[in-house]
Amino acid sequence: MALSRLNCFSSRSANLLKTLSSAISLRRPISTDTTPIIVETSVPFTSHQCEAPSRSVETNPKELLTFFRDMALMRRMEIAADSLYKAKLIRGFCHLYDGQEAVAVGMEAAITKKDCIITAYRDHCTFVARGGTLLEVFAELMGRQAGCSRGKGGSMHFYKKDSNFYGGHGIVGAQVPLGCGLAFAQKYSKDENVSFALYGDGAANQGQLFEALNISALWDLPAILVCENNHYGMGTAEWRAAKSPAYYKRGDYVPGLKVDGMDALAVKQACKFAKEHALKNGPIILEMDTYRYHGHSMSDPGSTYRTRDEISGVRQERDPIERIRKLILSHDLATEKDLKDIEKEVRKEVDDAIAQAKESPMPEPSELFTNVYVKGLGVESFGADRKEVRATLP
Amino acid sequence: MAAIFQGAGAAAALLSSPSNSIDSKKFLFSPRRSFYVRKGASFGVVRSDGSVNLDLNPKGRRAQQLIANAVATKADSSTASSSSKSGHELLLFEALGEGLEEEMERDPRVCVMGEDVGHYGGSYKVTKGLATKFGDLRVLDTPIAENSFTGMGIGAAMTGLRPVVEGMNMGFLLLAFNQISNNCGMLHYTSGGQFTIPIVIRGPGGVGRQLGAEHSQRLESYFQSIPGIQMVACSTPYNAKGLMKAAIRSENPVILFEHVLLYNLKERIPDEDYICNLEEAELVRPGEDITILTYSRMRYHVMQAAKTLVNKGYDPEVIDIRSLKPFDLYTIGNSVKKTHRVLIVEECMRTGGIGASLTAAITENFHDYLDAPVMCLSSQDVPTPYAGTLEEWTVVQPAQIVTAVEQLCQ
Repeated sequence: MALSRLNCFSSRSANLLKTLSSAISLRRPISTDTTPIIVETSVPFTSHQCEAPSRSVETNPKELLTFFRDMALMRRMEIAADSLYKAKLIRGFCHLYDGQEAVAVGMEAAITKKDCIITAYRDHCTFVARGGTLLEVFAELMGRQAGCSRGKGGSMHFYKKDSNFYGGHGIVGAQVPLGCGLAFAQKYSKDENVSFALYGDGAANQGQLFEALNISALWDLPAILVCENNHYGMGTAEWRAAKSPAYYKRGDYVPGLKVDGMDALAVKQACKFAKEHALKNGPIILEMDTYRYHGHSMSDPGSTYRTRDEISGVRQERDPIERIRKLILSHDLATEKDLKDIEKEVRKEVDDAIAQAKESPMPEPSELFTNVYVKGLGVESFGADRKEVRATLP
Repeated sequence: MAAIFQGAGAAAALLSSPSNSIDSKKFLFSPRRSFYVRKGASFGVVRSDGSVNLDLNPKGRRAQQLIANAVATKADSSTASSSSKSGHELLLFEALGEGLEEEMERDPRVCVMGEDVGHYGGSYKVTKGLATKFGDLRVLDTPIAENSFTGMGIGAAMTGLRPVVEGMNMGFLLLAFNQISNNCGMLHYTSGGQFTIPIVIRGPGGVGRQLGAEHSQRLESYFQSIPGIQMVACSTPYNAKGLMKAAIRSENPVILFEHVLLYNLKERIPDEDYICNLEEAELVRPGEDITILTYSRMRYHVMQAAKTLVNKGYDPEVIDIRSLKPFDLYTIGNSVKKTHRVLIVEECMRTGGIGASLTAAITENFHDYLDAPVMCLSSQDVPTPYAGTLEEWTVVQPAQIVTAVEQLCQ
């Protein structure tokens, strides 16, 4: 009896402690707690020509909550872009990244803003992860002046020079030699940073990729090639496009690592490992096994070449945000309500950004001719013929 | 080669004949409006024979003063002729190498990438000696992968390096067309001005001596519509060095077209540091009757034809347009307003070539000043054949130029 009362008492105090701690965490929505937590990745890494890193990833509550918030923001942003496209405010091409957020977020957690990232056209979330604001994203998508490229780039041309985000490229595979060029410049300036060149499973069959890989391996460049394998190159499944869909092995003499791209912590571990490796031994290939819920772009329903069951299956079992949510809840870092509040906050942030972006004006007509050439040469551009020559060079 | 030197010699003889006095003072005081005269390196051709015209030095210093009036230029020329610096003689490929070396010394961010540019010394010896001097990280031998090493050069340029990418033959750069068009030309625009691409892409092109169709291509016509790039073509050691240096210093991507047959031209160039304006055309020979616009190797064919024309009593004005994109319509326009007749002589194909664009530009802008339609002599629209006689008929020959001038000046 006394024992049970004791138990009752201790359980009540435990409950009290629990509510107390949750109350405390309520007051600090993003926990500033950095006590390390060790988490195991969902699946072990498979490696090619190198030693795989350990499955145990060190993280902390602050990081996990940041992951959750960032990924929720990205997810919300992409869904909002979907509706804007259907409302004809965004035109042309719009390639959405929902489902793949863990790659952007996990990579960012492993590196600094001095490391370079370059990617292809599915770049909205990578841009945000590098520090781009929502206003810049939506304004650029809608072609307004407040956009990151002043409305002149569009969905496929997001760039952020001050945080070393080099875009944003429309032609499949062309960004990989550029990325190796970034790594070359880093080696040239001897600044101990690395470059991540992201590409998809479709681009993995481009010749220029292997050319660039050869040169990077020859010259020992700190280049990390990351294949975001979402298993479909537009409408073509990977097994129909590649004789060997083991993209991490395709480097042959270049080591490779296969990573579960829906697990942000696995991505973080792999990128950290890759950075250390690249600085010492030259290029390495990372294959992120990920998935996109939307079609290739807004004009692709995404269901003609894959079943709805497949899509919903992945969403149920491997969704990156759900994984982090479960982690947070199981480690008691926040309550369900906290996380719902974060999502509501994020939704409001996105809506505000859209409203603000809608108010931004369209570019001036004179903007048509700016930035064709670098100013300061005193040259205006009116096509191949200029009426006056007014140029001085340094 | 012999033909070209012959042309040079002929030009020399031509220029020193009294009927067209090239006395600098005389044509500077031309009573017509503010006709800006640039002294061209045709005098360079003359100089290599020994006839003296030392007014070339101001060219480099004059990079700052473009719209100079007669007085300013005259002052320059007098100071120049009073200085007894005689410069040094070298071949065109050495001039290119010298320009490249000086820029690499001046700015540690300049590097060279290309096939066989390093240890081999360059397939046309332009980069000879640079690898031993600057090391493997600044003079890079690439594998045969134009698409990717051009892309890498552009990526490096985005971060602030200033690579000079060499295509062993301009024709090989077709493999890198995507990188040159989309990334090189357009990144400054699509990033809203965030990135500049200060890259120089250079290489020899043009019809050589029986090199075959694939190695005799003229890529200036393919690249001319790419927005965001500048194109220049060098023709003498003087402007080769000047344009190379200017291209490296420019913040814009520049494509420098050299010509396989011009690498062994010899000329005396100044010792001091000078650059040539990237967007300026060069007056090779002043005249009154007709304006002949040309560039690269065809300049020498034109000068050879000019000798014949002078003997027949014509007075052609020859302008080496040098800047293929954008055109220097200022110089060209002034010339058209003076002579009222235009002949374009180029090595590009007839269809869609530089001459075609130039014809359109002149007709659009100076239609009222023309007494006759613009005539354009270009290479035939055929793949360049191997046989020597056929190859000769593909490109414009001096006799055809003479005929064309006679036709226009009727």
